[in-house]
Amino acid sequence: MNRQKLQRVLVTSASSVLAIIVALVICAVILLITGKDPVKAYSTLFGAAGETKVLQGMFNRATPLMISAAAVAIGFKMNLFNIGVEGQMRVALLSTAVIGGAVNLPAPLHIAFCFVVAMATGALWSGIAGWLKVKRNVNEVISTIMLNFIALSVVAWSFDTFFRLDKEGESTSLLVKTKDLPRSAWFPDLVDRRLNGMLIVAIVILILFWVLVWKTKFGFQLRASGANSGAARATGVNPKRMIFISMLISGALAGLVGMRALMGDVHAYQNNLAEQQGFNGIAVALLGRNHPVGIFFSALLFGFLGEASGRLQLEDIPKEIVTIMTGIIVLAVVIINEAVKRWDDRRIQRRAAAMVEAVS
Amino acid sequence: MSANTVISSLSPARRAILMSLGFVLVLSIVRVVTNTDDLTSSGTISSTLRVATPILLAGLAGLWAERAGIVNIGIEGMMIVGSWLGGFGAWKWGSWAGIGLALVGGALVGLIHAVATVRFNVDHVVSGIAINILAGGATEYLSIIAFKNNGGGESQSPNGKGGYGTFDMPFLSGGHIGEWKSPDLLGWLENKHDIPLVPDLAAFLRGVSSDVYVPTLVALAIVPLTAWVLWRTRWGLRLRSSGESPRAGESLGVPVVRLRYQAMAISGSLAAFGGAYLSCVLTSTYRQGQTGGRGFIGLATTIFGNWNPVGVLRGAILFGFPTALKFRDAKNVPALLLVTAIVLALASVLLVSRRKSLAAVGAGFGAALALFTWITVDEVPSEFVAATPYIVTIIVLAGARQQLRPPAHAGQSYRPGENH
Amino acid sequence: MSEQAQARGDFAVELRGITKTFPGVIANHDVNLSVRPGTIHAIVGENGAGKSTLMKTLYGMHQPDEGSITVDGVTRTFRSPTDAIAAGIGMVHQHFMLADNLTITENIILGNEPVTSRGRIDFAAAHARIGALMSTLGVDFDLDAPVSSLGVGQRQRVEILKVLYRGARILILDEPTAVLVPQEVIELFVTLKRLVAEGATVIFISHKLDEVLANCDEITVIRQGTTVAHTSPRETDRRGLAELMVGGDLPDPSGRDTHVRDSVLLEVAAIDVAGTAVGSKLALDQVSLRVRSGEIVGIAGVEGNGQFELCEAILGLVPTVRGSVSMDGRDISHTPTRERINAGLSYIPFDRHREGLLLDAPLWENTFLGREDNRRLTSGLFTRRRAIEADSRAIIDRFGVRTPSEQVPAFALSGGNQQKLVVGREMASDPKVLLAAHPTRGVDVGAQAAIWDELRHARDNGLGVLLVSADLEELIGLSDTILVMYDGRITAQLDPAEATPEMLGTYMTGEVQGARS
Repeated sequence: MNRQKLQRVLVTSASSVLAIIVALVICAVILLITGKDPVKAYSTLFGAAGETKVLQGMFNRATPLMISAAAVAIGFKMNLFNIGVEGQMRVALLSTAVIGGAVNLPAPLHIAFCFVVAMATGALWSGIAGWLKVKRNVNEVISTIMLNFIALSVVAWSFDTFFRLDKEGESTSLLVKTKDLPRSAWFPDLVDRRLNGMLIVAIVILILFWVLVWKTKFGFQLRASGANSGAARATGVNPKRMIFISMLISGALAGLVGMRALMGDVHAYQNNLAEQQGFNGIAVALLGRNHPVGIFFSALLFGFLGEASGRLQLEDIPKEIVTIMTGIIVLAVVIINEAVKRWDDRRIQRRAAAMVEAVS
Repeated sequence: MSANTVISSLSPARRAILMSLGFVLVLSIVRVVTNTDDLTSSGTISSTLRVATPILLAGLAGLWAERAGIVNIGIEGMMIVGSWLGGFGAWKWGSWAGIGLALVGGALVGLIHAVATVRFNVDHVVSGIAINILAGGATEYLSIIAFKNNGGGESQSPNGKGGYGTFDMPFLSGGHIGEWKSPDLLGWLENKHDIPLVPDLAAFLRGVSSDVYVPTLVALAIVPLTAWVLWRTRWGLRLRSSGESPRAGESLGVPVVRLRYQAMAISGSLAAFGGAYLSCVLTSTYRQGQTGGRGFIGLATTIFGNWNPVGVLRGAILFGFPTALKFRDAKNVPALLLVTAIVLALASVLLVSRRKSLAAVGAGFGAALALFTWITVDEVPSEFVAATPYIVTIIVLAGARQQLRPPAHAGQSYRPGENH
Repeated sequence: MSEQAQARGDFAVELRGITKTFPGVIANHDVNLSVRPGTIHAIVGENGAGKSTLMKTLYGMHQPDEGSITVDGVTRTFRSPTDAIAAGIGMVHQHFMLADNLTITENIILGNEPVTSRGRIDFAAAHARIGALMSTLGVDFDLDAPVSSLGVGQRQRVEILKVLYRGARILILDEPTAVLVPQEVIELFVTLKRLVAEGATVIFISHKLDEVLANCDEITVIRQGTTVAHTSPRETDRRGLAELMVGGDLPDPSGRDTHVRDSVLLEVAAIDVAGTAVGSKLALDQVSLRVRSGEIVGIAGVEGNGQFELCEAILGLVPTVRGSVSMDGRDISHTPTRERINAGLSYIPFDRHREGLLLDAPLWENTFLGREDNRRLTSGLFTRRRAIEADSRAIIDRFGVRTPSEQVPAFALSGGNQQKLVVGREMASDPKVLLAAHPTRGVDVGAQAAIWDELRHARDNGLGVLLVSADLEELIGLSDTILVMYDGRITAQLDPAEATPEMLGTYMTGEVQGARS
């Protein structure tokens, strides 16, 4: 029994590992064609794995990716595509910076308060898409994409109009942000300035995700609805309710994605905070096969690539090769997964039939 | 006879003309009332055409893909690729070369999406997102390789060699016949600001016939071409059937798989053309981030246009107009609020006569809100102008569900040979 | 049809010795069919008898393992529908293959479009040709209207136009009247007779014997995959046909103890359920029934006559337009499905793949489905995995599900074992009322007997069962009373001790019982 489980795990990870290999190979070819040395590139990249600074940076970058991937993965379990993590995250960022900055509470309470605000506003934004899907049957892919852009505009305008604070006497370009969060809302670092404690929060979120989805009644019904809505419906699970709730949860998690940057680093909202975490979260979720353990390692991989890519500049290799790698990984993992799954399903079927024959 | 019955009894073409004239009339009135000459100046109209063209091309890209049954979220990525290839080609050989290179590159990217979704049955949205990520990374990387030490920068190309031709209509808009500059009849009419309606119509005509870039004309020509091919030829009918009911087509011998590949190649090309337009025509360099989300506005335009080429054109112009107006002078934009208020009020009346009370109330509320905003604000923040296409699309999706007719099978997975 | 062929007196279609097997199932064996040209020929049989498979073979959708196909005197092999179409055969499927958003013309000409010299579609020519076909059929459509604007009967006629447009002289219709209201049925047969008068040949599959006897020239009866009779309306009547369809041997239920008690566990009172499309007939029309404790009420009837909607209505998955449902005295007409299940209602679904199983999930999750409120298997919000796994093993043992373990995903099991798992799960919660739809479908004989034993045992302990089945042996062997459903109504109530196959067949195919007990 345990052996079968191990086999399943191996097969599932196989498509992810294969995808990474495919990406490495294709990127090596790209490097060669454009006159760069792939051996030098990869040795620089992976050689950086030995440095503590790089490893700390890896965990730091992985933190928002883990949360973002969890947000996306909850949606996937219900066959929902929440592409709106970007927008939900942004709305939560500004709201938390402003509301969290407006109160003063003792430290642990203040941090909890900020989390609540972030989750509530994220859920509010995703709830719009959820409501549209349930009540008006609007495809959530389109609505979340639209809401991303609307969030961009709304947040930029609100920030510009109401909340920005230009530092006196300095140029207004990069340092424009909201009022700083009070110290009680600063999330403590694990390693000063290098690794923020939000990593712990991210890991806790992954654990809670695992518990919710695989250990609770609700999680079971969620997975059943996503796997076979007809069967779930026949046992009385209300599909619309499930859709709406999972969009809310997804949005709540999305709201927390930016918190490391906000509460652990910059301590105020500025316009370029935590960009692209939404789409990268999708990549992490896909590579991690929507499972917390997979997400954890995928987030680390992407975090590592992001951190170590800086080293490539020193060797005159554009670090953007890493972005290309990410894109190829995403495409490759879903293609390979389809093929591998089909092969593995057939294998399991044959084995089961054979074992039953043997017994009878 | 009520206005409603009169309007309904007209053929769709006549109705469209009537609506357009009515819209121009509203604009004319608002122009006079708010003293915003730019609202209907030929300069604004020309500018609108230019702003709308990339959106039009992106919308057409979405249309071609979905009509064959494939959802293309990767339009943005294909535009990015097109804009890069356009900038590269323009730098090396000239604008038309840039556009040509982009068309080829776009087709290839489109085919990648087709292989993933048709051959490997990957989810359409996932594939589209992957393409967006890939396109962004690839163009950033290639910019550094190609442009960095060659006169451009890490994120932009050196200037393109230009050369795409502009077009002015002779006699009416001061175009050249040989060396002689002909009189500008429409321009003269346009400046008669005190008369209602006539100068506005003149301005519209002048706007579309002067200072028009040739690539714009090409893009506009694709609209009737698309309509003709998809609705009047065999290949077009079979392509549409692949998006409506691949099983029906398959049972009659339609090569669904092949048609989907062809459609995606076209879709990719169109999107890339839109991107190249940005880097070769509107500007003369490729710049990172140039596309600015237009690929997604294009997707919105496909929906807003009800998967119909003329509708997409209408949507592109509608979405491009506020931006063009803002470019002329940001002070122009509040006038649009008044326009919106009037249009929504008229729509509300129409909806009441059709007994759609909930929608009528919504429209009426929107009209009141627009009116209130016009009275109270002096300028409309650019962020709101930018968000309009997205808000409009959501409202259309949520509110006009009945009228929207997406291709029935778009986005669903399909394995050839599966019988019911 | 060629004059020589006609002179020879050839058949339009002749199938000889057709055999077709699928993995684990023999769909057709040694089937013979002879269709004379210019006739309406009906193929009659129960569900699963093999009629559809036979027609798909004739239409080239698959190849027979053995046997020959002869069309107009010429032996043919059809590798695909295209070959069959070329031979003049056209098929109108039960589930229409029309693109809603395309116009009628576009749907008809798709794949065969006429073109002008300049490469455009020649709509004028298409309209002309379709117009001629329409007058042959006696119909008139606005050819530029989208198919979505058409009703069901009209869509069927478009499908017929589609095959005629491609030059079909032999039309196959698969259960054409299943979705039509009586008026549309009449119109359809008028249309078919016109076609036949023009020289076409029509083959149609049906189980509605009234229609068959009233409209067709010849009848072939298929039972359990093979031809059992060839007859005509002159030579037989409904009883005779029904007996041919349904067969002979049935278990003798006499001498059984009755365990029926007085308390009514399930009461359905005069419910109406709306049909699926707008303007279509009611799916359920004034249906009433009662199931008492210790009673098995059997529902006989050919699939598609409202049995599915009945179960969904009792479960609460579709709304009832009128009437009420009560369980154990409580009106549950407005209770949510999950509460009905928790109150003791269980359901073995019609289609285990669509409604009964999570195919990719392990068996222990499948046995948990629907039972998330069971206190033994959960504690508070959390699932108790070990308890669920143990419970799953118990079900697997008790019902003889053949699997290496409960960790195996459901898709790996054979169909019969999957069914056993579903039955076991539904009975494991000790329900009060069990809705059992085809509980032994796809199950081998030994397991079938075991499931029957379980059902009887539970019934003896007070369970009330509503048993929907197409297997007459099962119905007669298990039921205490049998209700027959036809066209959304209950048309007869029979005592299994007195029911004969012909009687059952008669009611199942349309006759309405005079006096109802």
